[in-house]
Amino acid sequence: MTATPEAGSDTKIPVTVLTGYLGAGKTTLMNRILTENHGTRYAVIVNEFGEIGIDNDLLVESDEEIFEMNNGCICCTVRGDLIRTVENLMKRKGSFDAILVETTGVADPAPVAQTFFMDDDVREKARLDSVVTVVDSRHVLKRLEDTEEAEDQIAFADVILLNKTDLVTADELKAVEDRIHSINPYAVLHRTERCGIDLKAVLNRGAFDLDRILSLDPQFLEDHDHHHECGPDCDHDHDHHHHDHGDHHHHHGDLHSVKSISLTAGELNPQVFFRWIGDVTQVQGPNILRLKGIMAFKDDPQRYVVQGVHMIVEGDHQRDWKEGEERVSRIVFIGRELDENALVTGLKACEA
Amino acid sequence: MPVIAPVDCDAFVVKTAFIGNTAAFACGDGTIRLVGEGETIAKAHEGGLLAAAVSPDGRRIVTSGDDGRVVGVSADGSVSEIASRPRKWIDMVAVAAQGAVAFACGRTAWVVQEGGKEKEYTLSRAVGGIAFAPRGLRLAVARYDGVSLFWVNVDSPEQELSWKGAHTGILFSPDGKYIVTTMQENALHGWRLADQQDMRMTGYPTKVKSMDWSAKGRYLATSGANAAVLWPFHGKSGPMGQQPLQLGVRSDTIVSVVACHPKEEVIAIGYQDGMVLAVRFEDNAEVLLRRPGNAPVSALAWDARGERLAFGTEAGEAGIVSLGE
Repeated sequence: MTATPEAGSDTKIPVTVLTGYLGAGKTTLMNRILTENHGTRYAVIVNEFGEIGIDNDLLVESDEEIFEMNNGCICCTVRGDLIRTVENLMKRKGSFDAILVETTGVADPAPVAQTFFMDDDVREKARLDSVVTVVDSRHVLKRLEDTEEAEDQIAFADVILLNKTDLVTADELKAVEDRIHSINPYAVLHRTERCGIDLKAVLNRGAFDLDRILSLDPQFLEDHDHHHECGPDCDHDHDHHHHDHGDHHHHHGDLHSVKSISLTAGELNPQVFFRWIGDVTQVQGPNILRLKGIMAFKDDPQRYVVQGVHMIVEGDHQRDWKEGEERVSRIVFIGRELDENALVTGLKACEA
Repeated sequence: MPVIAPVDCDAFVVKTAFIGNTAAFACGDGTIRLVGEGETIAKAHEGGLLAAAVSPDGRRIVTSGDDGRVVGVSADGSVSEIASRPRKWIDMVAVAAQGAVAFACGRTAWVVQEGGKEKEYTLSRAVGGIAFAPRGLRLAVARYDGVSLFWVNVDSPEQELSWKGAHTGILFSPDGKYIVTTMQENALHGWRLADQQDMRMTGYPTKVKSMDWSAKGRYLATSGANAAVLWPFHGKSGPMGQQPLQLGVRSDTIVSVVACHPKEEVIAIGYQDGMVLAVRFEDNAEVLLRRPGNAPVSALAWDARGERLAFGTEAGEAGIVSLGE
């Protein structure tokens, strides 16, 4: 669980994880990905064939099989069936370009994501591209009251499809968006009806790719008319998305539910920061669902990016700070029962 | 000096074997290349070929695939279907001495007797590996938290061997006294069946994926380290308290496949970088059989006399090494 740069990650097969509560519209999206002509051949791992009416020899049904690695800690669980299926798929390398994993409606996304970091064989062959969560606009608020899984799925997401928007009023939709935003401010959110979306917005996102962590500013709503993507070298002014970070942090949500904590600091001492982030993830790992950060280290001409799932943290230098770019460190934690004051103090103590 | 006759495979070589004098290369694209007097390509599966096992009598190779079929392939390339489970990816297969075939997928294992009689075994957790006992009367199933043992011909409750963790592969010792599993952790676990004594074999830097017994079952050879690690099983208490042999030590790569010579105390070792060595137990004397290539060695098999070795790699490079005098 050390920060290691990914070498040759482009030869690895990209994996998209599709989550969402029962009835949210996952199958609709899956069927679209399988039938539309987007130039990518997917091997698809589903929990049951169900309504997927497609006869594809690279479609496999797989019973979720959780392997606990050490002492049953949530941070050390992986999906044994996925390890096996990826291994099997590698025997047919060349007959597909990417892998899509559909989880059950009630699944915790963590073991799926962790499989791609913790199992050496899988890690060598495949890389997690993004976690896509389909949300039913009409029922999600109720689900969030009832279940932790619905919350986890939103907290883990890199891309959220807010589906069935035609079945709610504008006010209801606003309330849903606010709630989702309070759980996960950095996921890209798309409003859809019947999962009608350009698949480019869902597939091959590189959300776990350190090179592609561009910004931690909430890009809360990206709908069809705002169809614009900035590359790493974009000198677009992103400042119009900025929240006011003047008070150094802000948080959303109730005490026991998932909330996000966004922290900012000035230039950091890298040694102190690595020790701190290591300690935080070791101790609070079970409560941290996701984290992402862009760090400014003193006397370092490059941005340093980190991302993590529970206890797993990866980091690497990304690109030079641009002229005129404000050298601030930003990090977002999404989790439960996080001690916000301790995090604020901890990060502050890393300042150079 | 060893001579290599190259064999063209277009896909991941899942398993090599000798059916009599014919070398068989079972490939991930569903084909089996048979190289004897001439060369034949048998189409065993519509989709991918996931697993293969050679029958102990050496008459045929049995393969399973993601088309849900289990088939037997003879030296002449004829394919006969043994079982079919449409839409299942059958990724485990084993053949018993008396000809029965076992296969598994997800949480179910099946045994098909030579007459066609089938039996189904349902487990609470996913099957990691299957193996027949030497006489073929018992089936051992590796799974999460241990092993389940079943009698093949009798309906009786399963016998359990417990050890916490995920067991991903399994072998009986040739004398039937021991069972050894590979694990999700970088370790092996063993049981002495007489008293269920546990044996833990650790110290590997990666997962162990290949195991093979040396002649007369004296050693269990394993992959997963920078040398082939051979645990002694000829003493009274197996490998307990003993140091394993380490053969063919390399500094910069990991052993991916091992295959023990059928008669001599010699092992063929395949590495991640594609190299193949033959090494003698007694003095660690090494003979280079194949230089490093483009991909990890994925399959190795000796012929019955131990004069030829069929190898294959993940990238489809393959060949037959003749060791002749």
